[in-house]
Amino acid sequence: MADPMRIRAQASGDKATVRVLMSHEMESGQRKDASGKLVPAWFIQEVTAKLNGKDVFSAEWGPAVSKNPFLQFAVKGAKAGDKIAVTWKDNKGESRTDEATVS
Amino acid sequence: MNKRNKKLALLITLPLMFTSWAAAQSQAEKDIDKYREMIADGNPADLWDAKGEALWKKKAGPKNASLEQCDLGLGPGVVKGAYVSLPRYFADANKVMDLEVRLSYCMKTLQGIDVKDQNYNKDDHKNIIALATYVAAASQGMPVNVPQSHPEEKRMYETGKIAFFYRAGPYDFSCATCHNADDKRIRLQGLPNLTKNEPAGRAFTSWPAYRVSNAQLWPMQKRIDDCLRLQRFPAPKFGSEATIALSVYMGVNGKGVKSLAPAIKR
Amino acid sequence: MQNRRETLKQTAVVAGLLATAGFPQFAHAAFNKAAFDAKSVQDAIKAAGGSSLAESKDVTITGPDIAENGAVVPLGASTAMPGVKHMLILVEKNPAALVAMFHVTDAVEANFTTRAKMGQSSDVYAVAIMNDGKAMWAKKEVKVTLGGCGG
Repeated sequence: MADPMRIRAQASGDKATVRVLMSHEMESGQRKDASGKLVPAWFIQEVTAKLNGKDVFSAEWGPAVSKNPFLQFAVKGAKAGDKIAVTWKDNKGESRTDEATVS
Repeated sequence: MNKRNKKLALLITLPLMFTSWAAAQSQAEKDIDKYREMIADGNPADLWDAKGEALWKKKAGPKNASLEQCDLGLGPGVVKGAYVSLPRYFADANKVMDLEVRLSYCMKTLQGIDVKDQNYNKDDHKNIIALATYVAAASQGMPVNVPQSHPEEKRMYETGKIAFFYRAGPYDFSCATCHNADDKRIRLQGLPNLTKNEPAGRAFTSWPAYRVSNAQLWPMQKRIDDCLRLQRFPAPKFGSEATIALSVYMGVNGKGVKSLAPAIKR
Repeated sequence: MQNRRETLKQTAVVAGLLATAGFPQFAHAAFNKAAFDAKSVQDAIKAAGGSSLAESKDVTITGPDIAENGAVVPLGASTAMPGVKHMLILVEKNPAALVAMFHVTDAVEANFTTRAKMGQSSDVYAVAIMNDGKAMWAKKEVKVTLGGCGG
């Protein structure tokens, strides 16, 4: 099973800045292994987030996003105590959801 | 162009070349500092920190115990402040140990886990790396304070100094070859002068670090191992006296500098 | 804090939902393969639904002038303009230009940051695709270099 994400969400004014670190190989599909074979692409394709259960964020990623990806976005109207849940899904169908409380 | 004109030409152009080269060099270094700043927030090393914290608290091994009673030098279970006061002498082992050696020792004595392959890429060693990241992160911002009270600690400093200046290998390199002067660099990589307080302290507390070029988390033992590789020296054994001595040398030189670990590096 | 069992359960449920329904709550459900396969910046923007292209001072691309290592280049796309549907980040000289596509809703600011792999020095683009399909862009050059050794 995939390793957990690190999610930090900080409220400031009428929004919360969410910073996420994900653990993922993000294999581009361009790299060759030691024997010269292409390592197949394996990357996070979709990222979504919910604020207190309501969809607020979605993105599509390609294999060019860096390994162990970092993501930052700002959710309007979020305040301290709210729950942020972030989900990623990769091109192999694997998925991971982690939650954090807005501070 | 005759000899006299050539000399004149050089006299005029050389200083101009030098100034523009020097200026270009420092602008590039400034830009790289900005790049490093931009990726400092959101350091993937945090993922290892989280893993290490879980390993510290988890019961494991034949003795089914956690590492929460591990004494890293400040008393059993005290994690905060431990990283900046290592390496140090431990009476129970009767030797000076660095963080990774001490973690390996605690895993053996408290949990009964003998890490067989002392190799940074091997699975059973990876836990030590995660634990080292967790322990180091707990001291972030604290001043370096490697002890020099026990005679063994003092001996290790002196040994480290000898090792630092020791030239060997097919290129006759020592650590000092690259790290004994200010303003040295290899291509665009600035080389810290490890004989001076600020650069030594920064270098000492930069490891464990996440290296973006290979997405690996490198603890200090691995960093020293790789330096020795670049010097074309034979690979040191994990936790060898030479590596601990070098660590003590850098740490003592860096006394008082605020700890950076875990860092993010090229 | 969730325990492992709860996280596993939740992940399984989420995985199930994703596998079957995609993202029914969002208009752009399926992964836009055409956009991510497109080689050039223009083709990627077109595939993402952008029609006319225009440089705009209202779109901001943030990134370093020099990236010490092309494996991790912090890039941001933002705009304060209303009526934005997607924000795109592209690297012109990558094998496929599109790095990431963010969908803008009322719930988030049109301000996104991530990190990209860059194969070589290149122009990088931030593109705002408006509700009417117009694509407004800004670009900057990012030089990619390898440092010396270690450190």
